[in-house]
Amino acid sequence: MLFALPMSNKAIIDIRALTKVYNLGQVKVPALNGVNIEVLEGSYVALMGPSGSGKSTLLNILGCLDRPTGGVYRLGGEDVSAMSDRQLSQIRGQRIGFIFQSYNLIPQLNVVENIHVPLFYQGRDIRSCYDHCAGLALKVGLRGRLDHRPMQLSGGQQQRVAVARSLANNPLMVLADEPTGNLDSTTGEEILALLDELHADGRTIIIVTHDPKVALRAERVIHLMDGLVDRVEHHERSMVAAANGAKGRAS
Amino acid sequence: MNGFSLIRIIQLGFKSLRLHKLRSGLTMLGMVIGVWAVITLVAIGEGASHDAQEAIKRLGAHNILIRSIEPAEEKSGASSTRNFVSEYGITYHDASRLQATLPGLKRVLPEMVQRRPVYYDRFQQDCQIVGTYPFYPDFTKALVVRGRFLTEFDELHRNNVCVLTESLALRLFGHQDPLESQVRVEDQYFRVIGLLREMSGVEQRPQGNEPEGKPLDSNVYMPLSTLRARFGEMDMDSRAGSFKLERVELTQVRLEFASVDLVEPSIPLIKAAMEKDRKKKDYELIVPLNILNAIKAQRARDTRMLLYIACISLLVGGIGIMNIMLATVTERTREIGVRRALGATRGDIILQFLVETLILCLIGGLAGVGGGWGFAWAREHWFHLTTIVTEWSVLAAFGLSLAVGLVFGLYPARRAAALDPIEALRHS
Repeated sequence: MLFALPMSNKAIIDIRALTKVYNLGQVKVPALNGVNIEVLEGSYVALMGPSGSGKSTLLNILGCLDRPTGGVYRLGGEDVSAMSDRQLSQIRGQRIGFIFQSYNLIPQLNVVENIHVPLFYQGRDIRSCYDHCAGLALKVGLRGRLDHRPMQLSGGQQQRVAVARSLANNPLMVLADEPTGNLDSTTGEEILALLDELHADGRTIIIVTHDPKVALRAERVIHLMDGLVDRVEHHERSMVAAANGAKGRAS
Repeated sequence: MNGFSLIRIIQLGFKSLRLHKLRSGLTMLGMVIGVWAVITLVAIGEGASHDAQEAIKRLGAHNILIRSIEPAEEKSGASSTRNFVSEYGITYHDASRLQATLPGLKRVLPEMVQRRPVYYDRFQQDCQIVGTYPFYPDFTKALVVRGRFLTEFDELHRNNVCVLTESLALRLFGHQDPLESQVRVEDQYFRVIGLLREMSGVEQRPQGNEPEGKPLDSNVYMPLSTLRARFGEMDMDSRAGSFKLERVELTQVRLEFASVDLVEPSIPLIKAAMEKDRKKKDYELIVPLNILNAIKAQRARDTRMLLYIACISLLVGGIGIMNIMLATVTERTREIGVRRALGATRGDIILQFLVETLILCLIGGLAGVGGGWGFAWAREHWFHLTTIVTEWSVLAAFGLSLAVGLVFGLYPARRAAALDPIEALRHS
């Protein structure tokens, strides 16, 4: 391998020369033109870029919702670039936690049931992991609302449920797509604090945003432009937190 | 997918359907009505057919009836000329020839019917005098409710005895005891020895030209020999506007065979025996077995037609369900996307929507079965009409609703699963 990595700092995401071309009939539209990204375990990475920069495409591929046209994408050491739809579903269910801009909770389920959904598709009965799901709900501050339906919750509370849900199956990384986009600044701040907490616990977090203030919380900011990595910023403060988190996790 | 997940998916289906109660209810209604209609219609048809079959069976599947009928040419002749004696019908000779020649024939029951008024004290009733043999009740499943029926002895000695139908006795005697009383027919007195209750409903003794005329139960039974000796073979029809004399030796002959298998092959033999020395067609054959078979065949045809109708109504219900499920898939595109992102495979999505459709169909089917059963029960108990819910109709209706669910649920479910998760997530 070109870039050998120390064992303690395992690369969770390893993207090499990733390309994506959309076939719109006769016209081929390139969205990614050879992206190389490496994300270490326990790091906090922000993806930024104007619309049309390939940000969404990269996010979809990172989330195993889409397959690259060329290049290699290793997630947790496993090449997922050419997996079948079924295998990708499996990977999504086991290794990735999603947080969406518009919460995307399932309206007919209550809080705990919503948190349980990723586990449900791993074949785990809600009775056997109710405590786990309820524990996550308490951890994100939803005490007393465990049997509420999404309709009965505020936007901030719904996003808290989504955060708890993204953790349900103990994923390799949490993928947050504009998690504060639909929230006012105070509630947005609360959600970001929650993500900080997760990071401190040693979670790997990738956040997509166009808000520089949000991106500031990440230890690394990757700017995309025209389907390529434009530049990468590093923030010291978060690096320390990540190191602490990794230690905590290793012990 | 393992067992508990299936239970969970079913629970989920209920939750999703509860979200739109009215819509789910109305969608189900199509199924309910379809299944209800199948069960109810089959039950009503089965009940009617059962009644008819029972009536025919009472006539006896072992039996063949030969009835004297007035030939058409004599009927018209009688209307133009008065005092015309029409002579037709089965003769004693026919009866004895049948008895002598037909293989497998067990018994022959002759009947001679004449219309005459019967008197007791000051009371008069227009009656049918039936001259017959002692085994008449045994043959026709009629019930001797009091006293006794005619005997061989009566037949042999031409005794002036008679048996009345129960209702005639009531009309003639009121609350007096009719047994051992004497009734008068013309200038002859007859001792009442018993009361009889006729059981057959379908079978009608020939009532002359007035099928609705005298009630069937105004009968006086006496030995055939007595009737012949006292009144001869001449019957008088003196209704308003016409006066007609008829000479009929035997009004009706019933043939009983040893087994049902002998009935069918005997028909041409009977015809051959009757056609001999006969110039006009003055008799008819009534074969209860044939009527029974015809009713059964008719029933089978009706049932097939009901099934076609049922299939069509369930098809309509199924299309309604498919329509709703397609709308549901569009409406829940976002949810599908989320589920796919959270690890659901295409198979999971198909299963989820298929189960929802099946729940609609099964609950609708169950409600239909319950409704049909309830209706049948009400019809039977409150209106006293024979209604028979058959197991196969319940199973067929239920199975069909299940099949409809599978067939019409699969397409929307596959469409849901085929959605691109990225597109689905972006859907608003």
